[in-house]
Amino acid sequence: MFKLIYNGEKEKKAGKKVFGETMQKIVEQDPLAVYLDGDIMNSIGTLGLEKKFPDQVFECGIQEADMMGIAGGLSAVGKKPYVHTFAAFAARRAFDQVFISIAYAKNNVRIIGSDPGVTSAYNGGTHMPFEDICLYRAIPHSTVIEFTDSAMLASLLPTLKDRPGLTYCRLNRKEGTAIYSEDSTFEPGKANLLRDGKDVTIVACGMMVGESLKAAEILEKEGISAAVIDMFTIKPLDEEIIKEFADKTHAFVTAENANIVGGLGAAVAAFLSESTPCPVIRVGVKDEFGQVGTPEYLAEVYGLTSKEIIEAVKKAVSMK
Amino acid sequence: MITPLKEFATDIRIQEMIEFKARGFGHTGGSLSVADCLAALYGGIMRIDPKNPQWEDRDRLVMSKGHAGPALYATLALKGYFPLEELKTLNQNGTKLPSHCDRNLTVGVDMTTGSLGQGASTACGMALGLKHSGKDARVYLILGDGECQEGQVWEMALFAAHHKLNNLIAFIDYNKRQLDGYVKDICDLGDLVAKFKSFNWYTTMIKGDDPDLIRQTVLDVQKNQGDRPGMIVLDTIKGAGVPQIENIPLNHHTNVTPEEADEIIAQLEEFKRKG
Ligand SMILES: Cc1ncc(C[n+]2csc(CCOP(=O)(O)OP(=O)(O)O)c2C)c(N)n1
Repeated sequence: MFKLIYNGEKEKKAGKKVFGETMQKIVEQDPLAVYLDGDIMNSIGTLGLEKKFPDQVFECGIQEADMMGIAGGLSAVGKKPYVHTFAAFAARRAFDQVFISIAYAKNNVRIIGSDPGVTSAYNGGTHMPFEDICLYRAIPHSTVIEFTDSAMLASLLPTLKDRPGLTYCRLNRKEGTAIYSEDSTFEPGKANLLRDGKDVTIVACGMMVGESLKAAEILEKEGISAAVIDMFTIKPLDEEIIKEFADKTHAFVTAENANIVGGLGAAVAAFLSESTPCPVIRVGVKDEFGQVGTPEYLAEVYGLTSKEIIEAVKKAVSMK
Repeated sequence: MITPLKEFATDIRIQEMIEFKARGFGHTGGSLSVADCLAALYGGIMRIDPKNPQWEDRDRLVMSKGHAGPALYATLALKGYFPLEELKTLNQNGTKLPSHCDRNLTVGVDMTTGSLGQGASTACGMALGLKHSGKDARVYLILGDGECQEGQVWEMALFAAHHKLNNLIAFIDYNKRQLDGYVKDICDLGDLVAKFKSFNWYTTMIKGDDPDLIRQTVLDVQKNQGDRPGMIVLDTIKGAGVPQIENIPLNHHTNVTPEEADEIIAQLEEFKRKG
């Protein structure tokens, strides 16, 4: 059960702080849980855990491909690995190792990619993952999650410990918009209806959830009733709720901090076109590479704000 | 009195600090430790023409530890590739000077880097291509020591030796630190010189804080490498030349206030005057 606390404000704690605390609890509570990192511990709030838990926490250094293979091996001998690096490297730099040594070999590994999309800010194009959702979705039987805020991170990350197969999670290590109360709980594969509506449905993930709620408030004043769904599990998609809202609103907008090629919008559009055809307008990065800048500037450059969501909603409604 | 090359290295550090001051933060440690190497290369070793940055017969540099972009940008601006004033746009919205080197944005940058390990292979590819087109241009490659944990570096090392790429000279900025701390605590590299020797590279290790020594060593390697690629391990300090930054234990990426930057710049100017 979740409680919405959204009022447009930022979270009090950065994602990295919460990740550090949560990872520590996970390894404390289960001796089989292990955590691997690729020289990004100081950036994700975990530096020092390798000294406190030398049998469970391994600083691998800068060798992502090897690290993914090692995680596969750890799973094969009964450990429960969590692996973290920047999302760009988690996805692109070690894709074949993830595909073969983890997913295809049916090992059970959780991979956490930090700095999704424009949140990688000053690290620029080489570090800016717009494609990680697409790549991880393309791995058979994978689970793909984007933590909406750090309340979700704290609640959901420990529960993934015994999830079979490959689970990929996108994580913002800075302060995002606060969406959920700290005592909220979440179920992978089950989307959250944050706001009901009858004219259009906005399906969002990650930082676009806050933007969608903002857009829905503005649209309401203009006489358009928009439902907002937090599709934090991008795969497997919660088809039931999409079907329900297709029958109810007959128009969709999707919003993601990622390339629209192969992302959340692509998943929603594919499902709808094969079940309940209706207009779907995708808000997201339009097949571009990243660059440096403040997240706010980049969100504007790539069209990731409530403004684009509002325009998309009007277009979707007009196409009904 | 300091030598012209040492003065160039100090100017590079000063311009780096101007870049960091304008943005307020950056990859200071690893950008400072390569200043002497860049001074040696761009201060006479490399065959370049800043007025003709795309000259086909030029020597190339690949800054594989791409986060040291600010050091390369300072060097290029000082050589006249673009105005010094532009350095203040480091990492500003819409800049041509991003954290990591980008050949499509910055005049004079020969290869896009930032995903560690990859510059090793692109440098190798450039050397292979130049050699097989009968060109005598050379390729210089700068690797981080932490970066050498990437398997890709060692794949390249095998390939370059096998293909006798004697137009390739690589450096390792052996500053002993990476992002999370000391390389030896994280994933020890052991004896880098012995390793590269065993990969059949002409290898040597020198103090990395003296651009005149680096220059002489490059010339020696060129003379002696025969049909092997050359490797110069540079024994450096992360943050070199700026004690305030050397002394920060985790100095991979640091904040720089305008006051700190001004104090450091004054210190470096003083060093230029007095040595
Ligand atoms: C493939 C890859 N993994 C991780 C990173 C993040 N990262 C950037 S710099 C760095 C540390 C680099 O250490 P080193 O190579 O020793 O460079 P230096 O100390 O000279 O700055 C890390 C982990 C990256 N840029 N690329």
